[in-house]
Amino acid sequence: MSKVFKGRPVVAGTIQGKEAVVSHQGVNTLASFQKSALFKKKQVICSDQNNPDLYQKNLTDKVICLPKTIGSTTGGMVLYSVCAMGIAPCAMLFSEPIDSLAAAGVILSDVWVKDKTIVAVDNLGDAFLDYVKDGMKITVDEDGTVTVD
Amino acid sequence: MQYKMKLTPEEEGILNGSQGEVMAKVMKTLVLYGDAFGAERFVPVVGKGHLVTSFGLSVLQPVFDIMDELIGAGLKVEESFTADPRPIDYANVKCNLIEKLIFNKMMYGAQDPYEAQLHKLGLKGDDAFTCASYLSEVGNVPGKGDILSWAESSAVVYANSVLGARCNRNSGIIELFGSILGKVPEFDLLTDEGRKAKWIIEVKTTKKPEAQILGSAIGMKVMEDVPFIKGLDQWIGTELNEATKGYLKDMGAATASNGAVGLYHVENLTPEAVELGDALIREDAKVYVIDDAELQRVKNGYPNIWKDPNAKPERVFIGCPHLTFTQLGEWADRFEAELKAQGKTKVALNVVMTAAPGVLAHFKQDNKAGYDKLIAAGIKLTSICPLMYMNNPLCGKKAVVTNSNKLRTYTTARYFTDAEITTIAVKGEI
Repeated sequence: MSKVFKGRPVVAGTIQGKEAVVSHQGVNTLASFQKSALFKKKQVICSDQNNPDLYQKNLTDKVICLPKTIGSTTGGMVLYSVCAMGIAPCAMLFSEPIDSLAAAGVILSDVWVKDKTIVAVDNLGDAFLDYVKDGMKITVDEDGTVTVD
Repeated sequence: MQYKMKLTPEEEGILNGSQGEVMAKVMKTLVLYGDAFGAERFVPVVGKGHLVTSFGLSVLQPVFDIMDELIGAGLKVEESFTADPRPIDYANVKCNLIEKLIFNKMMYGAQDPYEAQLHKLGLKGDDAFTCASYLSEVGNVPGKGDILSWAESSAVVYANSVLGARCNRNSGIIELFGSILGKVPEFDLLTDEGRKAKWIIEVKTTKKPEAQILGSAIGMKVMEDVPFIKGLDQWIGTELNEATKGYLKDMGAATASNGAVGLYHVENLTPEAVELGDALIREDAKVYVIDDAELQRVKNGYPNIWKDPNAKPERVFIGCPHLTFTQLGEWADRFEAELKAQGKTKVALNVVMTAAPGVLAHFKQDNKAGYDKLIAAGIKLTSICPLMYMNNPLCGKKAVVTNSNKLRTYTTARYFTDAEITTIAVKGEI
């Protein structure tokens, strides 16, 4: 059964039936993406040992569902870099208002990367993060409507 | 593009390309960034910038591409900027051949060309690499009320809290764009309302709290919110002197890294708390009481993630964030006393202390006795970033101990208090 949530599009875009990866704690961008990016892997395998929800999971082309991002102020440019390298998540769906580091990352990707973007929707609420589970299929509309199957 | 911010005709012109295509993209990025946080307008920045990105990490090629675009368009920071510390210093922080290979070929192979880019964009000088850019020796000291376009969480929280400047927790690149434009979108910590406290922290300890653990406890509790700290002045006084500033620097860095604090107020001490007092506290503020037991609980919760949890420590890092002139002197005295107590003349471990190039030069010149004590004890002084050193997977596997809660948070280093780490460094074991 589908369930629909409405958020605010920070970087608007459409996603059709992509797989969810869920973190119930703040996602440390640098810690999560750095190792795979450093070794120029074709996919990002989360390397943040402090995040049991995401650790060792594939994040590339997935829909990351999270409360917010945390950690180093390099976070935004790390997100931008993995987007430019073609190994970023396809979307980031925030239950809370977006934080300044994640906002920087998705906006930099939107403006400075050709032909690639990270769709971002925030303010989806705690109910969204309570409902969505790893592997569920996510559809995102331009207006920030998120459908979870 | 559609946007909500109210732009002046000049700003709108820039967005539409009056200063070229690249500057239009810089403006578009900042407008979208402002819109994401409900900013209504741009406000002018004052003084120099500070960049978090000081390392030529090969994987950041897309960042270097943006830099090239900016340089190609003739853009730069007119007021100049400082940047975080360099990643490596083989003379003072030894590495074996394989570690060097990883640093030079895989990690920081782009360091030299990246520094050349920074110079072209307005880097203040070759000695401008430090996370403690706000120290007088570095020459990037904001005034109260100055609007900044900085990144580096420890520098932002210090500038906001101790100096009363106004800066959001910006990401890398965004801070450079704001410095190039000379304006930033006005939201959150740039506004009076955004600087009000959502938490009251009541310090009820029986002794002066360890700055790094107090900051850690506060950060983990309040996350990105603004705390108003009561009861700390009884332990560190009501005067913003050099010793107090050092304490607040370390406490603040821990709040920013263990949580995401960008501003704290300390009753009767920090500038806005002195000026406005309880008026800075929101009516719905929550209360967090910190006593001895709470600090112990927080410290006991730090995991030991060494490959061999019982390993003998190999290296000690002191100075994340970079040490002040006064702190270097305090460490010289602390090590002198501990060496005497243990009947030794040199430390038993590889001890590395980090401070800004200008601070080290000041220390060597104006506290020669302290400098000589540290060197005679076998302690290495450098201006690198310990975090970037430990980003090397091989270096990260080493048994490193530190008095920095930031380094503990981002690496495998184990945290010990100032007193504990002095004993460990001299004794050679935990």
